[in-house]
Amino acid sequence: MNKFEIFYINGDFMKTDKALIAHLYRRAGFGSTPEMLDELSLKDYDSIVDNLVDIQLINDLDDEDILTRYYPQLISADNFGMDNTKWFYRMINSKKPLQEKMTLFWHHVFATGWTKSEQGPTMIDHIAMLRDDCLSNLRVLLKDISADPAMIFWLDNCENHGKNINENFGRELLELFSMGIGNYSEEDIKHASRAFTGWTFEQPMPLYPYGHFKSQFIFDEKDHDFGEKEFLGNKGNFNGEDIIEIIVKTEACAKFISRHLYNFFVADEPQIPAWSIEPPKDQEAMNILVNTFLDSDADMKEVMRTMFKSDFFKNSMFKRVKCPAEFIASTLKITTKIGPKDDRLSGLHGLSTVMGQTLLDPPSVEGWHTGKEWIDGGSLTERINYAVGLISDMNNSGSKNLVDMIINSKVELSSEQLVSKILECSGELNVSEQTFKQLLDIASIGPVVGNNQDNDVIRKKIIRLYTLLVSSPEFQLA
Amino acid sequence: MVTHKKSTGKKDPVLVVVQLSGGNDFLNTVIPFTNGIYYDVRNYVGHKEGESLPFTDDLAFHPKAEAFREIYKEGKMAIVQGIGYENSSRSHFRAMDIWHTCEPNTVATEGWLSKVIRELDPNSSNPLTAVSFGKGLPRALAAPGVICTSIDNLDNYGLMTSIEDNAQRMANLDVFSRMYTPADEWMGERHESGVVMNYLANTGSGVLQGADMLKDVPSKYKSSVEYADNSIAKALRDVVKVHTAGLGTRVFYTQHGGYDHHAQEMPAHDRLMGELSQGIKDFLTDLDEHDASEEIVILVFSEFGRRMKDNGSGTDHGSGGGAFIIGNRVNGGLYSEYPSIEPSEWLNGEDMKHTFDYRGVYGTLLEQHLGLDPNEIVLGNFEQLNPFK
Repeated sequence: MNKFEIFYINGDFMKTDKALIAHLYRRAGFGSTPEMLDELSLKDYDSIVDNLVDIQLINDLDDEDILTRYYPQLISADNFGMDNTKWFYRMINSKKPLQEKMTLFWHHVFATGWTKSEQGPTMIDHIAMLRDDCLSNLRVLLKDISADPAMIFWLDNCENHGKNINENFGRELLELFSMGIGNYSEEDIKHASRAFTGWTFEQPMPLYPYGHFKSQFIFDEKDHDFGEKEFLGNKGNFNGEDIIEIIVKTEACAKFISRHLYNFFVADEPQIPAWSIEPPKDQEAMNILVNTFLDSDADMKEVMRTMFKSDFFKNSMFKRVKCPAEFIASTLKITTKIGPKDDRLSGLHGLSTVMGQTLLDPPSVEGWHTGKEWIDGGSLTERINYAVGLISDMNNSGSKNLVDMIINSKVELSSEQLVSKILECSGELNVSEQTFKQLLDIASIGPVVGNNQDNDVIRKKIIRLYTLLVSSPEFQLA
Repeated sequence: MVTHKKSTGKKDPVLVVVQLSGGNDFLNTVIPFTNGIYYDVRNYVGHKEGESLPFTDDLAFHPKAEAFREIYKEGKMAIVQGIGYENSSRSHFRAMDIWHTCEPNTVATEGWLSKVIRELDPNSSNPLTAVSFGKGLPRALAAPGVICTSIDNLDNYGLMTSIEDNAQRMANLDVFSRMYTPADEWMGERHESGVVMNYLANTGSGVLQGADMLKDVPSKYKSSVEYADNSIAKALRDVVKVHTAGLGTRVFYTQHGGYDHHAQEMPAHDRLMGELSQGIKDFLTDLDEHDASEEIVILVFSEFGRRMKDNGSGTDHGSGGGAFIIGNRVNGGLYSEYPSIEPSEWLNGEDMKHTFDYRGVYGTLLEQHLGLDPNEIVLGNFEQLNPFK
């Protein structure tokens, strides 16, 4: 049984442990605030999961018009960094956090970037497409990325001609987007590439004088190879959709996507090149995901629902290193309020870049290396300095609230209770004995805290504890 | 606090790695310009005779790599023609891993340069033994328990810099150093998280020490060399800054990205070749100005070469490629053999076949430059070159 029991009160409603909800929201979204946890803990866990998963997927946010008014640069879509501004706003504020998290997940898997095309509008359309499709069927996602102008240019499918194939897209579709290395041959790549000949885009409006314009997918019959292909043991006059249909039904695809999901939502796995050699960390969990994938015929909603409700998920607290987007959005969420007019928003694109993750511009089609590879001396420094700056600044409403919550404790807190309360308030965190001891040493110096005692010295002591907590190794984990 | 040896007399040898990410088109970097086959296979993505820059009777540099030709003529560049390994991987991911770990068949956890750091600094007493510039730490430098420093911005490297009260900041950094001490409890039962926690602890401690050592570096550097404004030039200038500060760094790592030219290769490769060759030229001049050239050797490599035939606009992933060893110590010239470009000799009917194993090149640098036993590091005994004076 899971250690986080759902418990019944008076036999008619169920409450859920806050630590479990905080965990779910770190993974299925971008963290939580103390108020959110108070509210959600009155519901039962499965219905919290269902509410996250069963959402109407829409691209527009309520605050879209305000954002646009305050950031006129958003209208000129050439600046892809401005779209990241909007994306961070969504991560922090969206009422549908899983939609933003899944969009980020697919952006990791189908890594497509701005650098090569320097074409903002198609990249922005690309992310919007991922957002629309994020909880749909995998075949819809694969078909839409194959017919996406940003992807077509990124992997040169516009240069993949009936008479002269360019196998870049065909190769990565199999290696990085759906099956993983070792599950197909070089011949399969060539035949898949042939099936995608003629999948290209219309020439967009000229760049000058108004800047970049959107582009539309077109299927150019004249440039398509209608001949017979042989793909993964099947023969036929396959077009791109037929290739995707064959891929989605393979067990290799179910395993590959399941492992991606496990790595992104449950616990860090080794980097993708190792997947064909190293077995998954939790084979039982993989079986559950793979079976759900196959039984539901690749319905991502059902796979996500099953995953979040599984024991392996509930038992996976703090087994992932936060990616920069998660780190930034969740730290902001708990320390401050970011409205659509907040001028700090425009700095987040550059900030995530120095932490090693430029959204809409991954380092290559391989996407980002995850897990502890997010961390090196440079990125750890940026992360710690950012979190320390936010949490120690009492102009931030969330940070002030975190201090007030401690001040307002009705009883005097022992040093142990003080540290535990600090951990609880900052999102039900867990630290090692060593870190606990270091915090305890600081907690036992200076004035006693709690019982509504309030003065400058007490506040400074509490701020110092929060500052040290967000500097701890454990704060890097989700 | 860390102390470092002041060099007395002969300076410690230093290796600078320049990684060209994405798979550099070697056939268009060092061009067999007298061979008609080149012009046949590179109908669209090739350089006309008269545009490429001849430096021997048969070979020419890329038209934008004039600075390379100058370095070559000064006798400071050894060209390793035809580098690679058996069953070359065409996946960027996997190929880069293979170059970084010297393990073509299994997935290894230790980078080759991380083992160099361990040899040079077995007690991890200097976090600056290896310094990488750019975002993210390359796998070549990563291994459990090995500390190295990764710097994105040399001008602002340090922890909790927003705390204005210096006494408070120092006291906090003191607590920080204790939180980032590897603990017994992270081992055993919680082994898996333990690996991550230990890694975090080592990284955090390294930052603390490294930042302290690096804080005066940018203000001390002065030079008359004007580098261009691009990422590789900036990284190479930062190498000079840290190297001339004398902090004991023995391995520097830099990356130049964007070499994956499936399409529109001509303008993109032009830009990169110009940036790379001029950046290295300026770097060598800067080192001379600081009397710091003798101890430095540069290795320039890429994870694979590209297909012999172009695809009309670019070139797809290939196998064998080429590498460069550059420095004052180097006995310039051509090393190993240029792979035959006769179609019948192409690997799998489409790629350049390597003539020299990359692990032999690493071995050459390790043994003949850094003075280390290469076999444990490159995981085998590979034929070496003799590129040094």
